[in-house]
Amino acid sequence: MGENAIEVRNLTKRFGDFTAVDHISFTVGKGEIFGFLGANGAGKSTAMKILCGLSLPTEGEGTVAGYDILKETESIKKSIGYMSQRFSLYDDLTVAENIRLYAGIYGVSDKEISPRTDKVLANLDFTAEKNTMVGSLPLGWKQKLAFSVAVFHHPKIVFLDEPTGGVDPVTRRQFWEMIYKTADKGITVFVTTHYMDEAEYCDRVSIMVDGRIEALGSPSALKSGFGANNMDDVFQKLARKAERG
Amino acid sequence: MGSRVTFVKKEFFHILRDKRTMLILIIMPIVEIILFGFAISVEIQGINIAVVTSDMGETVRKIEEKIDANPYFKIAGTFYSQDEALKMMRVGKIDMILRFPSGLDRKILSSNHERKSVLSASPVRIIVDASNPNTAVTEQMYLKNVLMSCFSGEGAVAAYGITSGISFETSAVTPEETVRGTSAVASSGTASGMIGGTPAGTSGVASIGHEGNVVPDIRLMYNPGMQSSYNFVPGIMGMIMIIICAMMTSVSIVREKENGTMEVLLVSPVKPLTVIISKMIPYFVISSINLAVILLLAKFVLAVPLSGSLFWTCAISMVYIILSLALGMLISTLVKTQAAAMLSSAMLLLLPVIMLSGMIFPIESEPHFFQWISMTVPARWYISAMRKLMVEGQQLSAVLPELGILSGMAVLLISVALFNLKSRLE
Repeated sequence: MGENAIEVRNLTKRFGDFTAVDHISFTVGKGEIFGFLGANGAGKSTAMKILCGLSLPTEGEGTVAGYDILKETESIKKSIGYMSQRFSLYDDLTVAENIRLYAGIYGVSDKEISPRTDKVLANLDFTAEKNTMVGSLPLGWKQKLAFSVAVFHHPKIVFLDEPTGGVDPVTRRQFWEMIYKTADKGITVFVTTHYMDEAEYCDRVSIMVDGRIEALGSPSALKSGFGANNMDDVFQKLARKAERG
Repeated sequence: MGSRVTFVKKEFFHILRDKRTMLILIIMPIVEIILFGFAISVEIQGINIAVVTSDMGETVRKIEEKIDANPYFKIAGTFYSQDEALKMMRVGKIDMILRFPSGLDRKILSSNHERKSVLSASPVRIIVDASNPNTAVTEQMYLKNVLMSCFSGEGAVAAYGITSGISFETSAVTPEETVRGTSAVASSGTASGMIGGTPAGTSGVASIGHEGNVVPDIRLMYNPGMQSSYNFVPGIMGMIMIIICAMMTSVSIVREKENGTMEVLLVSPVKPLTVIISKMIPYFVISSINLAVILLLAKFVLAVPLSGSLFWTCAISMVYIILSLALGMLISTLVKTQAAAMLSSAMLLLLPVIMLSGMIFPIESEPHFFQWISMTVPARWYISAMRKLMVEGQQLSAVLPELGILSGMAVLLISVALFNLKSRLE
């Protein structure tokens, strides 16, 4: 434990006869940006649910933020941040109200919320939008705001589930700058994506095929290992072997 | 603690900022109460009646006046032959025909001397348009009552100084039938005086008339004016509460699923129970406001007496509200989209509530199978309790069974919903 943010061994999840996650093992270091790749149906979401404390594995063991994934799911939930692939703020609440709500849920004290809100909004250049309804913001802004909300309580790990889906390239670029800044503060970033250029930004990536991790390493190591020019080639080579999906 | 308050606040924001839904929540009960209380009435008014008589005597004229003065009836014309009147009925101009035998005055006078029943040979005949059987029965009952009071009431006594018996022959016809059909109710009955005249005795006890006839003395308990609103208000309460609560709760939970915010809440340290209870609180508040509005409307606009304990009326209503909220919660764990939530709560609730709660149709007259099913409809128990409390003015002890059943159902629904919610998360 101690050193690593996430450690799992032989993690398996079965639904009846179907094995969604098949004996996966990996570790993610503190402050690392870990890309979790895989085609639709490869078992990414199921694995991520286990790591977030939402569901229990059928077999295997592991720790997230130092807490046991079998016994300490409640402690895990308190130490992580989460941003979903679909937009996860309330459209009919203002920017400040959304922040207030999530900060409250994660136990940030009332005294801290207000100054931290101002700081976050200043960083985002959002101060003018403090009392705007989130529903009237452009999608890119919403995603950046959602990310800021996910790390507002200074979690040890932040899980990002396809955070840049549907966002324009400029905003994606800005989004990744935010991710880097977050990682620099020592927050571990666990991110899933379908954009292979984004995979290149990660420190290390794993590629899941049919419930198993078929490749794990830094983007450059994977590229040379598979004799590919870019991550897209690596992914294509692996994903084509998939029997389901 | 602080997070819970923000959570409830958030739910209030959702509702308050959705102006259209807000409006529906507040206006719907008012509109329905007024609609059912006033517009939809089981009383029949403005019945057009044709009088058929071959000779217009004193008695017939008096009776006509009396009928015309009655708010329920309107004399549409006087005819010499029954065929003419039937033609009018066929084209829908009149609802009823009242035919007098000829020489009524003379017969009444002679019967006065002989002190015996008249007209058995040529009775007064009532012909009713029975295309709507329910109205037909009611109409002919109204008319019989008016006629009886004519022959027995003060008017007749003053005019002739007699109490005479008269027999009616009632026939129900549809406009297509020219021939007299089978009679709708017990077609003819002999009634002698007394009905309007005797002082009220103990209810339901028949007193013996002068000539040895049994004359029932009828007293209408709890709703002497036969106001249909007395019956409808508890029914509407039972319907509105359950539909508003269940639909709104289920839609609001499912909306979070659709928007993806539920996912974020589930990943967060917030307990699912907190999420659910925070959702229920605002709807509980709104439903309580609705309850207050309905009770005020019932009392001051529809003049429903609210004769029982107001505290228990509200307390039982709140149990019912909680039950309905739990039902909405349960629905929300079973469906995936807001549309499905809306449809299933409406479809699942509307028909059973209308058909099997005793709101409109009496449960006792339904087939046994449906009576059994109706036991599982919460609205049935709630409406029954509200009738006992609001209209009949009974004590708490009379509604304890209903209170027990409703509480039991509420606990059951909450447990099932929570269990479902938990297992969904796994």
